[in-house]
Amino acid sequence: METWAVDLADVGAIYPWQGAEVIMVIVGVVLWLWWHVAQLRGENEEFKADLAKYGSPERIKKALDEHP
Amino acid sequence: MGNNLDAITTVFTEFYYWVTIVFMFLIHVGFCMYEVGATRYRNHLHTLMKNTMLIPLVTITFYFFGWWIYWALPNGPGFTGGILWDMGAPNAPWSEVMATNLGDRITGVFWAAFLLFSWTAASIVSGSVIERIRSGAFWIHAVLIGSVFWIIDAAWGWSATGWMVQLLGYHDAYASGVIHAIAGGYALGILVVLGPRIGKFAADGTPRDISPHNPWLVTIGLFLIYTGFWGFYAACNVPIISPETIDGLITGETWTATNIYLGPTTLGAITFNFLMSLSGGLLMAYVVSKGDPFWTYSGGLAGIITASAGNDLYHPIQAMIIGGIGAFLAYKLHYFVERKFKIDDAVGAVAVHGYAGFIGLIICGFVLWGYPSSPYEGYAAINPLGMFIGAIIMFFVLGFLPAFIISKIMAAAGILRIPREVELMGLDFKALDEAEEAREEIRNAEKALV
Repeated sequence: METWAVDLADVGAIYPWQGAEVIMVIVGVVLWLWWHVAQLRGENEEFKADLAKYGSPERIKKALDEHP
Repeated sequence: MGNNLDAITTVFTEFYYWVTIVFMFLIHVGFCMYEVGATRYRNHLHTLMKNTMLIPLVTITFYFFGWWIYWALPNGPGFTGGILWDMGAPNAPWSEVMATNLGDRITGVFWAAFLLFSWTAASIVSGSVIERIRSGAFWIHAVLIGSVFWIIDAAWGWSATGWMVQLLGYHDAYASGVIHAIAGGYALGILVVLGPRIGKFAADGTPRDISPHNPWLVTIGLFLIYTGFWGFYAACNVPIISPETIDGLITGETWTATNIYLGPTTLGAITFNFLMSLSGGLLMAYVVSKGDPFWTYSGGLAGIITASAGNDLYHPIQAMIIGGIGAFLAYKLHYFVERKFKIDDAVGAVAVHGYAGFIGLIICGFVLWGYPSSPYEGYAAINPLGMFIGAIIMFFVLGFLPAFIISKIMAAAGILRIPREVELMGLDFKALDEAEEAREEIRNAEKALV
């Protein structure tokens, strides 16, 4: 939009990058799917690290006593 | 908006739905409080984030494809016609009206009203699987129930032209089935594969009670869900519409409020019936649970859910009795299924939403037997068989079955359940341990100053 000196009855979409909607949707869907992949990988790594650091039977028993 | 009457009607309708959306946000606040309160302290932070992060995930996917599904699939496809590409096109994510557009002021508000139902569907599932599901697995399920399966059922059975309404006489004004039965069935499908929490059942199979770490938070959460549910009821109505606009069989010129099927009701009717079914559920649940706060509050919710299918038309005393029946059966079925099948539904969501919703549809088929399901000619009337088939579609076909299959795939891939050691330590162990270390360090620093 370059001016508001218009009859609003003649105005529809006013967002930038009109005509690129499909591209924006593709970018959005890719970002959404990437988020799931990154999250699942991160969750796996977090569990592995936690088990390596805290996973001994003694530590687990201590955890159960501290946070039943 | 061509003239003053158009402008007033448009602004009123926009604002009406917008207010319901704000109210419905409280459903999610309530679910978070309820679910966090029901967990043990060692899991409460992960539980909070599990529920919270469904908000952005369901929101963006409902924008990408959920809203299009609702408009494109009322015919099935294959039951009463094909995919409605023309109806779907303006509601696809690349459509100009799915954005800032001065020629369309309300699509975003309608989209958000439906989206809040999507959050609710996913949030119902969230509570039942706490303390042992991986967050990543749950979030995939949240997208599927929130942006795919519930909105397919809405297109089929919660739309003025849905094939279930046309062929079965399906009637579900405030979503006993289209939100609650499907979400309860979906939760059960996951639970069967996921299994119970460690320690839930003794070696002989006797269930143990895993108490909420904060019962007060649970009950306040349920209070907030009641409040948001009221907004949900208002959101399910068209606030005011002319017979000419409906373009159906209604004669005369009297404007009316309608349900989602454009059949007439009133705001007064749903206010009576919301409160009477809540009361019936609370009264029955208090008696049957011997005054247990968790089940009394849950019974209030089950009461509303059971009566919701027909609360646009019931008499308030019918709503009260139906609410009581739903609360009674939800309570009994929860413990029966727990004992018999060793299902660990941590918050009773399958019972309160799934069984109560299913039962509500069956009852509606009998109580409203013969009522028109729609103001349009040629639609089946409401009837017990159609409602029973509808209940099966909601709970099993679109709820239980996909959740069971997807959970099996996730389990085979090793991404459904958290490792056993992590479950025993608690999901928040690292955070709680680090917080304690930080406190200890500060205490020591302070002591050094004495």
